[in-house]
Amino acid sequence: MNATPRALSPLTSGLAQIGACGIFLLQTLRALPRSLRYLRETVRQVFFVGAMSLVIIMTCGLFVGMVLGLQLYHTLSIFGGTAALGTVVALSLYRELGPVVTALLFAGRAGTSITAEIGLMRATDQLDAMEMMAVDPMAYVVAPRFLAGIIAMPLLACTFNALGILGAHLVGVAWLGLDNGTFWSNMTANVDVWDDVINGVWKSTAFGAVCTLIATFQGYTTPPTSEGVAYATTRTVVFSSIATLAIDFVMTAFLM
Amino acid sequence: MAQRQSFQIGTGAFIVLGFAALGYLATQTTSLANYRQGASYDIKARFTNVGQLKLRAPVKVAGVRIGSVSEVKLEPDKLDALVTMSIDKRFNKIPDDSAASIFTSGLLGDQYVALNPGGSPDVLKNGDEVVLTQSSMQLEELIGKYLVGQGDAGKTGDKKAESPPPSNDKK
Repeated sequence: MNATPRALSPLTSGLAQIGACGIFLLQTLRALPRSLRYLRETVRQVFFVGAMSLVIIMTCGLFVGMVLGLQLYHTLSIFGGTAALGTVVALSLYRELGPVVTALLFAGRAGTSITAEIGLMRATDQLDAMEMMAVDPMAYVVAPRFLAGIIAMPLLACTFNALGILGAHLVGVAWLGLDNGTFWSNMTANVDVWDDVINGVWKSTAFGAVCTLIATFQGYTTPPTSEGVAYATTRTVVFSSIATLAIDFVMTAFLM
Repeated sequence: MAQRQSFQIGTGAFIVLGFAALGYLATQTTSLANYRQGASYDIKARFTNVGQLKLRAPVKVAGVRIGSVSEVKLEPDKLDALVTMSIDKRFNKIPDDSAASIFTSGLLGDQYVALNPGGSPDVLKNGDEVVLTQSSMQLEELIGKYLVGQGDAGKTGDKKAESPPPSNDKK
């Protein structure tokens, strides 16, 4: 029945999935202006994917910063360069770790719940019911979540970075006895606003778009069964993580 | 309504926190923190070689930062590097016979301009040029000179070793 050979079927289904995701992105973008009517829903989603993720983001940011402080202090002390601790921590957080780790945590914390929620809406025919009531689910369900992801992710990444710096300061200065002034002055001398901080903000904006796109797409197109929703949730985490790291490489290559 | 209020407050708090974090990162942990708020004036200096001197490198007197390098460019006719430095207005009593040198902080650190105050009663004003300059010390050049000097000494005896090294150390 199927014209393609059996061996190629994973390839073609993968391509079909990518194609469907691309079309879904276009539909979402087209629905964005219409979703402005549901501003309250967008605000609710920013609260849900952003504010509710703050606890995990802040805790992880603090610990990542502390680990960075410890590890880099150890490594830098081999070369007698512990004075550069602040600089190295700040640069690695702003440019890489902040956006990427935030995106991975976001995919696990917010992406899964978006997928499960939309998937259950699909499984319990709520999306069809909306269409019957002339409410476009793309504009009412998908677009606000997409927008909320784009708004929330950079803010979460910045919070993560700030807590990371705090954690590194805690370990480096309060615990390992590095000089407070050296820590800050080396950091302020070598970190640039546009090249480092804003660079990271662009990255996390892109990750926010990609992660929420994958989450909403997986939820929207899930098979309407409990097993289907479970698989869709798993795929959200897997695909979001892969996409985040792949896009990170590409963006780093271009933004460097 | 009460619940709607609470999530709106939560969202607002989240957005404010996020932007506060961004503002903190951008202003307190980056080179923006080093930009002076107060007024400044520009002085110039010519160097035959600026080495790795970068924009916004510190300008120091007695080791204390008083300003930063705002421009490094090549003079097309003289083929000298013209370095413009903006100096904090508070430090307006720098004698006009001061000397500017490019030093490296530490062995491998960043380069900076050091101003060595002279004794003239006249002070540098906006747009003035520091005449006495000393170019950056090129580590490779020094090593090169040393190696070439050694090699010649070994080959041709004392006579050559005392004379300055051959001109192939020019970059």
